[in-house]
Amino acid sequence: MSTIFSLSILQSALELGCIYALVALALFLSFSILNIADLSTDGCFTLGCAVGAMVTLAGHPVLALFAAMGAGVCSGFVTAFLQTRMGVPSILAGIIVNTGLYTVNIAVMGFSSNVNLFACDTVFSLAKEKLSYGWYADWYKLLIVLVIVIILGVILSLFLNTRLGLSIRATGDNEHMVRASSINPLFMITVGLCLANALTALSGAILGQYQKSCDINLGTGMVTIALASLIIGETLVGKGGMPKKIAGVILGSCLYRFIVALALRLNVPAEALKLVSAVIVAIAIAFPYLREKSAFYRQRSCNRNACRKGESAHVSH
Amino acid sequence: MLVIESVSKTFNPGTVNEKKALDKVSLTLEDGDFATIVGSNGAGKSTLFHAITGNFYVDEGRIVLGGEDITYCKEHVRSKVIGHLFQDPLKGTAPHMTIEENMALAYLRAATGRHAYFSRISAKDKKKFREQLALLDMGLEDRMKQPVGLLSGGQRQALTLLMATMVTPRILLLDEHTAALDPATADKVLALTEKIVSGRHITCLTVTHNMNQALSLGNRTLMMDGGRIVFDVSGKAREELTIDDLLEQFKARAGKRLDNDRILLSR
Repeated sequence: MSTIFSLSILQSALELGCIYALVALALFLSFSILNIADLSTDGCFTLGCAVGAMVTLAGHPVLALFAAMGAGVCSGFVTAFLQTRMGVPSILAGIIVNTGLYTVNIAVMGFSSNVNLFACDTVFSLAKEKLSYGWYADWYKLLIVLVIVIILGVILSLFLNTRLGLSIRATGDNEHMVRASSINPLFMITVGLCLANALTALSGAILGQYQKSCDINLGTGMVTIALASLIIGETLVGKGGMPKKIAGVILGSCLYRFIVALALRLNVPAEALKLVSAVIVAIAIAFPYLREKSAFYRQRSCNRNACRKGESAHVSH
Repeated sequence: MLVIESVSKTFNPGTVNEKKALDKVSLTLEDGDFATIVGSNGAGKSTLFHAITGNFYVDEGRIVLGGEDITYCKEHVRSKVIGHLFQDPLKGTAPHMTIEENMALAYLRAATGRHAYFSRISAKDKKKFREQLALLDMGLEDRMKQPVGLLSGGQRQALTLLMATMVTPRILLLDEHTAALDPATADKVLALTEKIVSGRHITCLTVTHNMNQALSLGNRTLMMDGGRIVFDVSGKAREELTIDDLLEQFKARAGKRLDNDRILLSR
């Protein structure tokens, strides 16, 4: 094992896992709780990265994170507006916004397809200065992303148990009930999507500062990856309260990164990585279903054998 | 008090599927009135309910509830003062949320001001929920942390009833709310309904297909056919009415026999 996984690979997998966990949390909010497949995630991730990168370039790496979240809220609002006020089906609304965002993202990056941040300060370089002594000197990146993810996870968990959070959860759970109990489902969808997209964009901004660059195609396939993390997480923790579910999502994202790191370690060529991702996602999504199926087949064959035995006993009498 | 003034609603106008669901319906319910509605299939009973709850806006007419014109009031706004129970016990509660969380949602109606959005369920609320659940006598007060999806249909319907009346509504609409339950549970939920409705003096409108219930429950009986109210009886005249009389009246006024494939003539 130690030959396949060196500590540094483990470390970077954890770092990326925590960064992408924010997108997984966003999908947890929109997909699991609100029951909406928000396909604008890809574009919104790049939007967060682009906005974050431009503000970082201007010399405000911390402000960049908040600016990215603001951009995410706007993107989420447009998606929500299309589906709640304009009668656009939710999947289409996501696709439309995603398409539009491509141009917006290019424009944000000053009509170039990539921006690099090698020359300027990022939250990571700022932290490196502060944390350069002691045992944690090598772990400052992980420390930052871990702190961010834990803080947001706790906030999300607390939020989902407030009256507003409960209303959002009910909107995705039972529409009839919501309409009969004085909750405005349109407002709840809007709030939910704004929050989810803020998380997505934040994730993009952190990734941009982490790898010191932003590329227009950064977000491609993000929905699939986040969905895989989400489903791995849900399969891992099973039933439970909100904190447990949220912890599961974060764990799932880290686990997904381990699997990708393992694939890379096994010399899978970089071009094949998307295919590997797709296969992992398909397996992760199919796994709970297949497990149920296999349990049924086992039980059926067990039952048949028992019947057969009973029959032969009957005949021999 | 509920006042409905010549309300009409036509679905799919101008197509082959055109259906006049409500045809100049007028109805006045006094405070504390408990009326039952019977009628044939497609008579407009549920449509009348949906007109009151704001599921759609009516084509013409006016709906006034408690002195407030709610004809063009949005559904989620008017549901603050309307309690609505569906026939399907699954429709009234959120299955993946706990009993406590469901009740907190129902209690939102009582909340005023925007600060209420970020409030969490307090210990005081929990105590109140617990006391109310104990009234159901179903042992639910000890299962408040369990998801509602684990409850039986009867338990869910009883919980929905509790939630709909937690903050006293101006009107309670019961759309055959015991029809999908087994007879014993249905009786229990019905007894509970009567207790809550009469105890708190709630104005109530209920659809039933049980002719016995139509006469025994509440203080007024309405019969609907073809989107109109064809028969309205209350007081002494109602007390003397038998099920056969009721069917007779229907035939005389609607010009046909009461044909409802789920009608129950006796229990």
